[in-house]
Amino acid sequence: MTGAGWQVSEFSKRRLKKRYRRERRMKLAGILAIVIALGVLAVLMGSVIARGYPAFVKTEIALTVTLEAALIDPSGGGQIGKPARGKYGKIIRNALFEAFPDVLERAERRKLIGLMSKGARFELRSMVARDPELVGTVQKVWLTASSDVDMMTKGSLPRDVPETERRLNDRQLGWLDSFDAAGDLRTVFNGRFFTGSDSREPELAGIGGALAGSFWTLLITLVLAFPLGVAAAIYLQEFAPKNRLTDFIEVNINNLAAVPSIVFGLLGLVIFIQLFELPRSTAIVGGLTLMLMTLPTIIIATRAALAAVPPSIREAAHGVGASPLQVVSHHVLPLAMPGIMTGTIIGMARALGETAPLLMIGMVAFIVDIPSAPFDSATALPVQIFLWADSPERGFSEKMSAAILVLLAFLIVMNALAVYLRRRFEIRW
Amino acid sequence: MQLLILLIALGAIAAFGYFLARRKLLGGAGTQAIRLHSRPSYHGWYVALWCALPSLIVLLFWLLFEERILEALLISYLGPELATVPTDMLGLLLNDIRNLAAGDAVSREADSALMAAAERYSAMRTTARAAMLGGGLALAAAGLGWSWRRVAPAFRARHRVERVVRGALILASFVAVVTTVGIILSVLFESIRFFSIVPVGDFLFGIEWSPQTAIREDQVGSSGAFGAVPLFTGTLLITLIAMLVALPVGLFSAIYMAEFASPRVRNTVKPMLEILAGVPTVVYGFFAALTVAPALRGAGAYLGLDVASESALAAGAVMGIMIIPFISSLSDDAIVAVPRALREGSLAMGATRAETVLKVILPAALPGIVAACLLAISRAIGETMIVVMAAGLAARLTANPLDAVTTVTAQMVTLLVGDQEFDSAKTLAAFALGLALFLATLALNVLALYIARKYREQYE
Repeated sequence: MTGAGWQVSEFSKRRLKKRYRRERRMKLAGILAIVIALGVLAVLMGSVIARGYPAFVKTEIALTVTLEAALIDPSGGGQIGKPARGKYGKIIRNALFEAFPDVLERAERRKLIGLMSKGARFELRSMVARDPELVGTVQKVWLTASSDVDMMTKGSLPRDVPETERRLNDRQLGWLDSFDAAGDLRTVFNGRFFTGSDSREPELAGIGGALAGSFWTLLITLVLAFPLGVAAAIYLQEFAPKNRLTDFIEVNINNLAAVPSIVFGLLGLVIFIQLFELPRSTAIVGGLTLMLMTLPTIIIATRAALAAVPPSIREAAHGVGASPLQVVSHHVLPLAMPGIMTGTIIGMARALGETAPLLMIGMVAFIVDIPSAPFDSATALPVQIFLWADSPERGFSEKMSAAILVLLAFLIVMNALAVYLRRRFEIRW
Repeated sequence: MQLLILLIALGAIAAFGYFLARRKLLGGAGTQAIRLHSRPSYHGWYVALWCALPSLIVLLFWLLFEERILEALLISYLGPELATVPTDMLGLLLNDIRNLAAGDAVSREADSALMAAAERYSAMRTTARAAMLGGGLALAAAGLGWSWRRVAPAFRARHRVERVVRGALILASFVAVVTTVGIILSVLFESIRFFSIVPVGDFLFGIEWSPQTAIREDQVGSSGAFGAVPLFTGTLLITLIAMLVALPVGLFSAIYMAEFASPRVRNTVKPMLEILAGVPTVVYGFFAALTVAPALRGAGAYLGLDVASESALAAGAVMGIMIIPFISSLSDDAIVAVPRALREGSLAMGATRAETVLKVILPAALPGIVAACLLAISRAIGETMIVVMAAGLAARLTANPLDAVTTVTAQMVTLLVGDQEFDSAKTLAAFALGLALFLATLALNVLALYIARKYREQYE
């Protein structure tokens, strides 16, 4: 700056400093903005993971049960393991009373029974049904503990607070400690969380039903939206004459992509449930509604992929005598396929995470059966999360976070697949 | 069951037709070469389409109207007995007959008349299904015969097949139009029904929102109040908070990434920011309700402020986080689209990079950034799960962000979730709100498009 006889005044030096200070401030603001955004993302993920991971294990208590034939098969006749037969609850109660013979009072005994899950007797029943030889023997069996015990053992509920603020009183903690001391208390991987369906008891609730519901819903969405979307995009991109009508279709598609998802729910409610009288809260209605919602995404992505195929390919194919349809189906479409797949996967990922339209069409019921067909009553994974978030039971909070983790895992896999496809097969012309 | 058989049979006939047509052409060729107009597979497709398509179209209409026709027949069969049944019980009765025929549980004692009706119904159904199967197969066979006769070397099969395919493509592209029309019609008709109960003026300008439905006529507050102003203000408040969070964060990160960041930083940070857009909204709802709201409440208590546990601030802030990626990536596109020459010209004149951004790039990119903001607002007012989970349900006319407010979308969910009849003012109100929401987002999108197009500077 001093060369060429420049006189740099003190004033302009100060001014320059100020100007560069401004630049640093702007840069800092940018960095700050990014740090805030990523920080929130980290907090979000952190809070989900911290709340959710305990749900992947559950607490079990080992009981020494006496499988009396009189209790298992009260009517005689050897119908072992038939539902509604057999007093398995009584067997568990007896085992508990035997383990703590000094507990005699009714209220105390009820507290003792409260340590075990209400589902424990079904576990016992299916065990006996699997192996009828066990009848009449004394067995040591690991059975699911109740939600309160589960959360206390995993440390989700504080132990060192006054008795009145605890879900388990001092006696119950004492019993738990004695189970623990005898090695009869353990936490194991909670397989039921992935295979079971919703339940009123947090320790028995699982996402199996919701996963199946999401599967059927997305299957219908994919089967309908993919061919329709690709066909519409091919027509608009490759064949449509440029006129008012095709302009109108284009404007429509762009607007549909921005319509709030809840409005699609209203549409589904009126068209599919009121007009076509399809059964409420089934995967077929959910799939159809999400199909309408996903269609614009797929059309737009497919058009972009088709437009990226260079005209020389089309001209070459035309030149050797291919008909317009052959040009598209033999040359353009295969070359555009990676882009189409990427767009479709991203659209499906969005459909998987969508909740609001499903609430509108009534996929928000408490459903215990795992749906095995699109016409069965079903719920979807994000709706299950919403339902559990609404539930006052503490035990559902960790189930919900764990379900979110599973949902996010699916989304990450789908998006990673989309990125991989793009990187692996994308052709730069 | 018959449906499945029919579909499989149609597929089989179509495949059979395909090979039959090819055989006819190629078998006839023998040793000497003949000139075919179309490749043999086109002839095959031609025959296959004739086998399957007519049947499938008839089948579609059959399935759409079968139930209605059966019902009408059943009613005419029940004729004399129906005089005693009130009209609203008729649906229940028909349902019972249907369930009885299917062997399901019924809501009443199954007397002999009901049993007879059920038997009649299942007999009619069996006949109908048999007719469907027979008719479908006959149609397919007729199509096969007719089209097979036309297959000949000079026959222009490719043109016909391509015409069908092109027709299918056009039909597919009309699905988007049909969807839009469907949305407009369904929301509009229900809204008109709603406005015949509640005047439009009361809905748009009323400040009282308490959508109860009367179970008894004489119930207190049975009329309900459907003034949507508190919902609109609540939505605006939450959207405003969201924009206050998202706009600075999104815009500054876009500026930084477009103008200051090295390619490496850009390539790592940009996808990470886009994760925010991929997180399902129900997860944001959870985050707002279970993490942010209690934290804000705690902070408020510490500062001596009374923060509602379902405050607008919590829902709005989390919604703002959700729309950061919209603003940042759309603004980023707008900034990157500003030509290099402008940037370099400004730098060459001695401006710092910050001055270039403020005085040259931002003004040039402004239409794009404004459009991005409008799209983000449209996204925010249509967002449902965050407000359903984290905002309140009480409609309150307030501008205090620490209070609980409710929004249009949250009320729509509350009104429609659960089992109601479809024609009470309460459920219809959801459609009126849906219409308002649809129109508002549509207007914002059109405006965004208009601004982006009209004010875009053309540099080349």
